Amino acid sequence: FPGLADVSISQDIPVEGEITVPVGSHSPDEDYSTLDEPVKDTIMRDLKAVGKKFVHVMYPRKSSALLRDWDLWGPLVLCVSLALMLQGGSADSKDDGGPQFAEVFVIIWFGAVVITLNSKLLGGTISFFQSLCVLGYCVMPLTVAMLVCRLVLLAGAGTVSFIIRLVVVGAMFAWSTLASTAFLADSQPPNRKALVVYPIFLFYFVISWMILTFTPQ
Amino acid sequence: ITCLAMYLFAEFDDAANLLAANPDATTISIDEPVEIPKNQHSRLQEPGREEDDELLGTDDSDKTELLAGQKKSAPFWTFEYYQTFFDVDTYQVLDRIKGSVFPVPGKNFVRLYIRSNPDLYGPFWICATLVFTIAVSGNLSNFFIHLGKPTYHYVPEFRKVSIAATTIYAYAWLVPLALWGFLMWRNSKVMNIVSYSFLEIVCVYGYSLFIYIPTAVLWIIPQRVVRWLLAVFSLCLSGSVLVMTFWPAVRDDNRRIAVATVATVLLLHALLAVGCLAYFFDAPELDIPAPIIPAHNSTSKVVLEQ
Repeated sequence: FPGLADVSISQDIPVEGEITVPVGSHSPDEDYSTLDEPVKDTIMRDLKAVGKKFVHVMYPRKSSALLRDWDLWGPLVLCVSLALMLQGGSADSKDDGGPQFAEVFVIIWFGAVVITLNSKLLGGTISFFQSLCVLGYCVMPLTVAMLVCRLVLLAGAGTVSFIIRLVVVGAMFAWSTLASTAFLADSQPPNRKALVVYPIFLFYFVISWMILTFTPQ
Repeated sequence: ITCLAMYLFAEFDDAANLLAANPDATTISIDEPVEIPKNQHSRLQEPGREEDDELLGTDDSDKTELLAGQKKSAPFWTFEYYQTFFDVDTYQVLDRIKGSVFPVPGKNFVRLYIRSNPDLYGPFWICATLVFTIAVSGNLSNFFIHLGKPTYHYVPEFRKVSIAATTIYAYAWLVPLALWGFLMWRNSKVMNIVSYSFLEIVCVYGYSLFIYIPTAVLWIIPQRVVRWLLAVFSLCLSGSVLVMTFWPAVRDDNRRIAVATVATVLLLHALLAVGCLAYFFDAPELDIPAPIIPAHNSTSKVVLEQ
C-alpha cells in the first residue's frame, strides 16, 4: 500500500487494546442451533410443518408455506400408505391383477418427476423440489378416498358401493387437481398454463383410476 | 396415391411459381425465431435452382442465427438445449392437433404447422394419453362385455398398461428413427427437394396418433362392425396426414421405392391400430348361452308323465 508508506508509529506510543467481538443478543445463530434441544422437539417441529402443509392442501389457499418450506416427508408417507392400501387386490399372483407396490410407487414418483420436468421445460419458474412437494402433498385427497373406498368395500361390493366409490373418488380427484393447480399455476408462463395443467390432470386421473378399480380378493 | 400426388404437385408448383417471380423472397416466417437444422435443404424451390438454393440457404442461416440468438446453439448437456424443444404455446399445440385431425388435402402438416419449430411436448403427452386411454378403455369394454356373467371376476389388468406404454412409445420413436435413417440414406443417393429432420418426423408421428384417443374411447362400444369402422376411419385420417407429409420427400426417388416407403408407413400404422384393437379389447359376442335346453326337456318329460 503505497499511501501508507508515510504513516509511521512512534515507538513511544504503546499499541494495545482488546480485540473482542461483542456477542449480539439477537444473533441468528441462536435460533438455528438445534443441537442441544431434546429430540422430541426436533421431531415435533418437523411433524408440525408436515401437518401444516396437510391443512394447506385440504383448504387450498394461495400460501407460500407449501412452496417455500418444501419437504418430501408428506409425499413419502402418502405414497407409501396409498401403495399399501392398494395391496391385497384381486389376484395378486396372476398377471392381470392390480398394481403392485413398486408399480404404484414408481408411477407416483416418476409421474411427479416427469410433470415437474415438463413444467420446467415449458419455462416454469418453480424449483424442482418445490414442485415435487406440491404434487406429492396433493395426493392426500386421493389417499383419503382410498381409505373411504376400502371401508365401503368392507360393507359390500355391489352397485351401490360402486356408485358411492365413484362419487367419492371423482370428488377427491377434482380436489387434488384443483389444489395442485392453485399452487402451481402462478409460476407458469401465462400462455402455457393449459399445457402445464393437463399432465397434472392425467397424473391424478391415473391414480384415481387405480383407486376406483381396486377390487378386493 | 396418384390423386394425392397430383394435389401435391399442384401445391408445390404454385409455390415454385411464386418464388420464381420473386427470387429473393424467402419463405421463412419471422413471427417466431427460426433456426435451420443442419440437414435441411431450402424448401419450395424448383429443382433447377440448386445453386441459388445453396446461396439462399447460407444467407438465410446466417440471418436467422443472428435473429434467433442463442436458440439452438446451446450444448446438448445444458437444460436450455432441451427447453428449445418445448417452445410452444397452448394455441400452437391445439392448432397442430387440429391439423392432424382435419387434414387439408394438399397441405403438408410439417410445412403448415410445424414450420421448423418441432416440439416434443405433443408427441410425448399424446403418447402418454393414448397409453392410458387404451388401457382404461380396454378394461372398461371388457368389464361391460363380461358383465352379468356369474363366473366373471373383474380384474384391473394393470399389466396391460406397461405393455401399451412399451408398444406405443416404441412405435412413436423407433419408427420415425428408422424412417429418418432411410430418408437420409436415400437423400444421399437422390437429391430430394424436401427433407425432414428427425424431430419433425417424430412430431408428425406423435400428432398423427392423436385421432386414436377418441377412437379408443369409442371402441368401448361392444359391436364388432362399429369398432372396425372406427378403426378404418381413424386410420384413413391419420394415414393421410402421414402420406401427405412423406410423399413429397420420396416422390423424386425411384417410383417403386417411393411407393414401397409410403406403403410401409401406412402398413405399420394400420398394424398399430389393429394390434391395439385385438389385444386390449376382447371380442364382443363372447357370451356362452346358458344350458336352458336340457332343463326344458326334463320339465316337459315331467308334464308328459303326469
